[in-house]
Amino acid sequence: MELFVFICSAAMVIAGALGVVLRSNPVHAALSLVLTLFGIAVMFVSQEAEFLAAVQVIVYAGAIVVLFLFVIMLLGVDRAENLKTEPLGIQRPLAIVLSLGFVALLVATILQGRDSLNMRGDGLNTAANGDHDANIRQIARSIFSDYVVAFEVTSILLIVAVVGTVVLARKRKSDKDISGVSA
Amino acid sequence: MFAAIAPTSTWYLILGAVLFGIGMVGVLVRRNPLIMFMSIELMLNAVNLTFVALSTQLTDINGQTAVFFVLVVAAAEVVVGLGIIVAIMRRRSEVSVDDLSALKG
Repeated sequence: MELFVFICSAAMVIAGALGVVLRSNPVHAALSLVLTLFGIAVMFVSQEAEFLAAVQVIVYAGAIVVLFLFVIMLLGVDRAENLKTEPLGIQRPLAIVLSLGFVALLVATILQGRDSLNMRGDGLNTAANGDHDANIRQIARSIFSDYVVAFEVTSILLIVAVVGTVVLARKRKSDKDISGVSA
Repeated sequence: MFAAIAPTSTWYLILGAVLFGIGMVGVLVRRNPLIMFMSIELMLNAVNLTFVALSTQLTDINGQTAVFFVLVVAAAEVVVGLGIIVAIMRRRSEVSVDDLSALKG
């Protein structure tokens, strides 16, 4: 059963990722990204990280992809672009070779170091023990005790991001263009 | 015969590596800044998957905490990046990073 779930979600992830890279229409690419994100969420559930699976669906699929789609529609770039022509002839083969080499390096490292992955840390509380919100409680304890400073800095980051985006996307008085876009 | 095999964390790690490679191809090959952003999201998700797999394998909750912070930073990054793209695209209609060479040395 676990193997079946893994194979299905892995197929979703890979198909979605290939869709993002290969589809010429940005809207299709964004929808393929949703497929990948859901596949990752399924994998989080099967690894007993339920809180992160929920956050993944809400934040990524619910907010980030919708933001992408908003920008695609706002800019009016929702038409297929021509992927056949490539200005730099060597770029694609070089990129593919580089990425394959990098993946091979990563896989070699994983296979090399797989025996040294021993249990350490405090252990994970899972729902299998009868405690149904064990995962979320453990994450909460970690965030609000060990990483509380990082958590507070995160709030500053979010405020900076919001203010920066408002400043960036604001229509200046000097811009007299015709796009009719007011973000 | 299938029921006996359970996916170990090595499988998840290798899947994460492959996903990272696909995202890397996307960033290197595509010219549309929006697609490049989506490819960066793919790479971030590959790293998240690796974090969770290792968190489960090492029975250490801190890996999942790291994923939480990666999610928050990714959201902030997308907001700022899309704001920059909107600000640029308002000036020029063609969508290609090749046109954005004003800072070329």
